Amino acid sequence: MTRPIAKNMEIPVADGEGERYSLRMGPQHPATHGVLRVDLELDGETIVACTPQVGYLHRGFEKLAENKTYAQTLILTDRLDYIAAMANNVGYCVAVERLLGISVPLRAQYIRTMVAEMSRICSHLLWLATHALDIGAMTVFLYCFREREILLDLFEELCGARLTFSYPRIGGVRQDVTVRFIDELQRFLDIFPSRIEEYETLIDTNRIWLKRTVGIGKVTGEEALALGLTGACLRGSGVDYDLRKHQPYDAYGLVDFEVPLGSDGDIYARYRCRMEEMHQSERIIQQCIDQLPPGPIFGPDAPDLVMPNKAPARIEAGTNAYGTGLIKLIRDRNLYLTGDVYVATEVPKGELGFYFISDGNNRPYRMHIRSPSFIHIGALAAIAKGELIADLIANIGSLDVVLGESDR
Amino acid sequence: MESMAIADRLRAEFPDEILHSYLNQGQAAAVVRPGRIVDILRWLRTTETIRMDHLRALCGVDNARRREPGLSRFEVVYNLYSIPLRHEIRVRAEVGDKDPAIDSVVELWPGANWLERETFDLFGIHFNNHPDLRRVLLPDDWVGHPLRKDYPLKGKEEWAGMTELLAKVRELDRFGFDPDGHAHGQTAPEEDEP
Repeated sequence: MTRPIAKNMEIPVADGEGERYSLRMGPQHPATHGVLRVDLELDGETIVACTPQVGYLHRGFEKLAENKTYAQTLILTDRLDYIAAMANNVGYCVAVERLLGISVPLRAQYIRTMVAEMSRICSHLLWLATHALDIGAMTVFLYCFREREILLDLFEELCGARLTFSYPRIGGVRQDVTVRFIDELQRFLDIFPSRIEEYETLIDTNRIWLKRTVGIGKVTGEEALALGLTGACLRGSGVDYDLRKHQPYDAYGLVDFEVPLGSDGDIYARYRCRMEEMHQSERIIQQCIDQLPPGPIFGPDAPDLVMPNKAPARIEAGTNAYGTGLIKLIRDRNLYLTGDVYVATEVPKGELGFYFISDGNNRPYRMHIRSPSFIHIGALAAIAKGELIADLIANIGSLDVVLGESDR
Repeated sequence: MESMAIADRLRAEFPDEILHSYLNQGQAAAVVRPGRIVDILRWLRTTETIRMDHLRALCGVDNARRREPGLSRFEVVYNLYSIPLRHEIRVRAEVGDKDPAIDSVVELWPGANWLERETFDLFGIHFNNHPDLRRVLLPDDWVGHPLRKDYPLKGKEEWAGMTELLAKVRELDRFGFDPDGHAHGQTAPEEDEP
């Protein structure tokens, strides 16, 4: 018996005639981390078919970007993965710099590496908090938010925003770091390793945690590659693929760190990978602080792409305080090259790629965003099939998806 | 292997399919005919010294407003990467204006499923042999393909489902839902008579 509520949409009601039934999870479900709908076909508690539906947050970023200048598009990247906006900004800037051949001074590269890794810790903390909450460990949630709060305060100190930063700019960063910021960050780094141990004492060998994660959501390395999984989801299956090592950008080639690998490919392996990554991020930030060189924070060939800290006192007629630089660039220096380029960076969720086509204009002719969350949700059907419905929540959590990035 | 060397080997293997290849910012790309795209990608994936095992991105491009001469209306772009050998190549398959279609590569990479659905959704490029070619980001009853260059930024008309959605809001209104955000449409309780 079904009751239609809208076109192509029927709510099945259990009629007691058979064990198979379909269930619609979401879009307003707390464990989907955003507006994700999953249409399930169940046999008892086993998932027979799983169809994720996305698009509720589609804002047309790719179309918008074609109508905005390169500098204007930066703020859209904040709204992709809003949990790690800094890493998205860095990814976008690195891609545009490669496309237009802009050089970045060393100090800015170090600062960007530092903030991207802070962002990674933030994202992993939020992931651990909500993932643990989803599968029944409430305490970890509060512990993780305690440390995340310190990082958000640091971001606020750095650029005034806590979630949507737009701090990295094409050709550099917006402002230099202050001594106070470095001191506070150092204080955080001093306590953070012991805090990670605290989380581990709570769940690492917890029997319930192990029962819910070990052997669940298994993906082999080959399957993970074929499905397009990246980030900790791929490394949990034992494939050594980290863009920070494979195609180093910013200061990643100059710092020393390891890429943690799992072998089992289950939820527990992905969890261990992310925990180790937090240790490595902490190492990277420490090295960035120690090695931070003096110098300018934006490149000589792209000063006009970095927004001025102060608005100019006098604005010429017919120009726009922030837009003049961009107009000048095309006319005077012909910095806008034609051609296409694909540049990917390692964001907390996986491989964030930007495919640009430039036709010499001050706007991208085409910008495609390869968002890891979109591909991970696409892979959910293959991973969750045949497993129990209760493990679907654990699977969604361990893939670490953000719907803002998936739907763009 | 050098990026251009891969492109040259590709040309030697498929002389009739490769239209031209070029290098941009250190990245090599080959422009190919769409007919044997699955064969080309399978060759790139399985050949021992190339082994492009990671499909990084798959997207469509509408060339309608590009100034370069000799481009087809649509393109499907595959960005490939080899994790063991650490090299990359881009394959651009030309797709015509009338009934744009190309073969699906889901058999090579199951992960291409959603990427092809997205390209179909936003560009209207049809993928032959695709197991489940439906819109993915937009509603099923959406009209048009927004990333085409002739589709205006503001859209063409209101989405048909909007009327239905508003009707739903009005229906929920019966239960005290007030779109203006007043206190659930409650009336003040009547005072007891003295």
